[in-house]
Amino acid sequence: MAGLKFPHSTHNTLIMNILKFITAGSVDDGKSTLIGRLLFDSKAVSHDILHTLERQSRNKPDGVLDLSLLTDGLRAEREQGITIDVAYKYFNTPRRKFIIADAPGHVQYTRNMVTGASNADLAIILVDARQGVVEQTHRHSLVASLMGIPQIVVAVNKMDLVEYDEKVFYHIAAEYQKLAQKLDLKDVKFIPISAYVGDNVVKPSKNMAWYSGETLLDYLETVTVNQNWPQYDARFQVQYVIRPRTEAFHDYRGYAGALRSGTFKKGDRVRVLPAGIETTLKSIEVHQKEVEEAFAPQPVVLHLEDDIDLSRGASLVKINELQPSVTQNIELDVCWMSERPLKPGDRYLLRHNTTTVKAIVKEILYRVDIHTFEHQSTDQLALNDIARIRLRTALPLVFDAYKQNRASGSLILINENTFDTVAAGMLLEAQKEAYLVSEFAI
Amino acid sequence: MSRSFDYLDHLEAQSIHILREVAGQFERPALLFSGGKDSITLVKLAEKAFRPGKFPFPLVHIDTGHNFPEVIAFRDKLAAQLGEKLIVRKVEDTILRQGLKDGTGKYPSRNALQTNTLLEVIEEFEFDACIGGARRDEEKARAKERIFSIRDEFGSWDPKRQRPELWDTYNGAIRKGENVRVFPISNWTELDVWNYIQREKIELPDIYFSHSRNCVVTPGGQLLAITPHIRLDSEDITSVREVRFRTVGDATCTAAVESLASTVEDIIQDILTTKISERGATRLDDRLSEAAMEDRKKNGYF
Ligand SMILES: Nc1nc2c(ncn2[C@@H]2O[C@H](COP(=O)(O)OP(=O)(O)O)[C@@H](O)[C@H]2O)c(=O)[nH]1
Repeated sequence: MAGLKFPHSTHNTLIMNILKFITAGSVDDGKSTLIGRLLFDSKAVSHDILHTLERQSRNKPDGVLDLSLLTDGLRAEREQGITIDVAYKYFNTPRRKFIIADAPGHVQYTRNMVTGASNADLAIILVDARQGVVEQTHRHSLVASLMGIPQIVVAVNKMDLVEYDEKVFYHIAAEYQKLAQKLDLKDVKFIPISAYVGDNVVKPSKNMAWYSGETLLDYLETVTVNQNWPQYDARFQVQYVIRPRTEAFHDYRGYAGALRSGTFKKGDRVRVLPAGIETTLKSIEVHQKEVEEAFAPQPVVLHLEDDIDLSRGASLVKINELQPSVTQNIELDVCWMSERPLKPGDRYLLRHNTTTVKAIVKEILYRVDIHTFEHQSTDQLALNDIARIRLRTALPLVFDAYKQNRASGSLILINENTFDTVAAGMLLEAQKEAYLVSEFAI
Repeated sequence: MSRSFDYLDHLEAQSIHILREVAGQFERPALLFSGGKDSITLVKLAEKAFRPGKFPFPLVHIDTGHNFPEVIAFRDKLAAQLGEKLIVRKVEDTILRQGLKDGTGKYPSRNALQTNTLLEVIEEFEFDACIGGARRDEEKARAKERIFSIRDEFGSWDPKRQRPELWDTYNGAIRKGENVRVFPISNWTELDVWNYIQREKIELPDIYFSHSRNCVVTPGGQLLAITPHIRLDSEDITSVREVRFRTVGDATCTAAVESLASTVEDIIQDILTTKISERGATRLDDRLSEAAMEDRKKNGYF
């Protein structure tokens, strides 16, 4: 074909770390175009895929490459002309590997965005320059806040359609700041872009000399992501017990799991929860090598000084650090993801890290109006509702508040019959003294 | 104390976490081993997740009968070195047993038939989870694949019935007859896999590296190894080329690429400069229709 130059890149192995981000916008705000632009301009698109794209764009009246086709997936969607779920896209630059969770903007949106956001370090919230902050922007920002996404970028898109007017941009930024304050969103960055033309996405805009900040990609490449788990209190749950029972490893009993946060040193005094037993870390293995110290999120195998028989789900914490909550009565924020409503008295399976317990709904405290953020009373939750509820679990859970520690403060609810995942739960602070009670069996 | 943790460490940690979740959540899991670089990478990750213990699952190979002999030899050597159980089931036997029709045409593919053998072996051993090396970057329809992907009794994948997957909390609870396909390297790209192979010095079958091979040039310009499984006729153009394979599936539908890359470093450079997606370059069957992969998945294909 004429005119289409294939981008060419040869960058590699200096890639330092990973940034996982989510894009949020209403239908037609330009989300697909933006992702396509990021992939295209950072030269992440393969030649054969470009050819397909070119073939598919040929029927369009203006013949311009339709970059949104890059993120379109399943056939059902192609037929409906919309995306129906979270799709993951990958690209990398010399500095970072990027994982994009692309959740589409329609009815199922809250559920999909919550799913994508659960693993995101950053959210790009798209605002159409012609529309400004709209109802949907409230919803997206609420979810970002609820899910504890550390960084927010508000990309004011379609600047080409408002003559690249800086007043429009600053007006939207000021509007959004009010919203951010209400939701307690701290790190908010504003960037004026045109995904279609390419301004300030990967290349600086020639049309907006008044904007001297970074392009979106520059920002994504350099923003510090909250990877300081090592500074948190140590949290570990047994995932799997390694017992080779061979001659060479006759007495070997290793507790395999991921260090969710913090660090463990050989010789650390630790407490097993919920049992409350204290012991010492005899040794720590990382990839079959003994180490002095392990840090989150390393996968480790731990060995204890005392002969305690732990099984999957048991937690280990350091005795000299802040203790997690240990209780059967929990309060949490949920996003309800099932078509079957949640009601007080309903029973579910609750999975928290590697623990699964039964739980019963005690109370729905309130539902949040996703546009006004008002608290409403209700006797049941419907699909896509965001609410605060109280549960009682059959066994005590060992956890931290989600706001303090995403890894140990998150859980899911599972329908007992279909086994479908029906809710995302973000735990709130609870009583702490329960770990002293050692009535609980391991 | 240095706490360096780079992007490959992150990918590795996530994959190990997933493998250990499989071990913790399922009673009879299996690792589907194709002999390709992705499943060899999975084996490496399983060693990191479970040694000095044994793998909590056997390796299962679905032998299409169209595999490259180098790959089969490599498979047997690796299983022996690991001291792990290897289960091999042949598509040929399924064809006989179920009275199926073998692939026809010039390049008779057994890709579709592979699904039948897979479902047979799942039933035979009552596997409740099958670990595979598929990656989301391979193909558009894979981009929405879950890490724990639920299949019904017929092995079918229903895009509407997939569970939301939150944080790294995986829900592997299933009803009788259902099973789960687990993809621990979902978030890896082809380049990531090669970077990891380089870092960990993972050994691969020779056919991944440049070698001379007698090939037939397809009308689409792709190079196909001449093996007893394809039918040549007088119009076919054959020639000896310096080639390597980017994936090592069924020999009748996995094309070779011309390349002089003879080391892992060369291959990484090759990937960075050629910029043709893995599937685009090497799979004949995906090109039949854009939705081909999606249809195969719905029918229980891995
Ligand atoms: N003029 C202009 N049009 C845009 C821009 N970004 C997206 N569009 C157009 O807006 C429409 C919707 O974009 P799309 O990416 O499909 O939106 P999505 O629904 O958010 O994924 C398409 O016709 C795009 O070409 C932009 O920056 N400027």
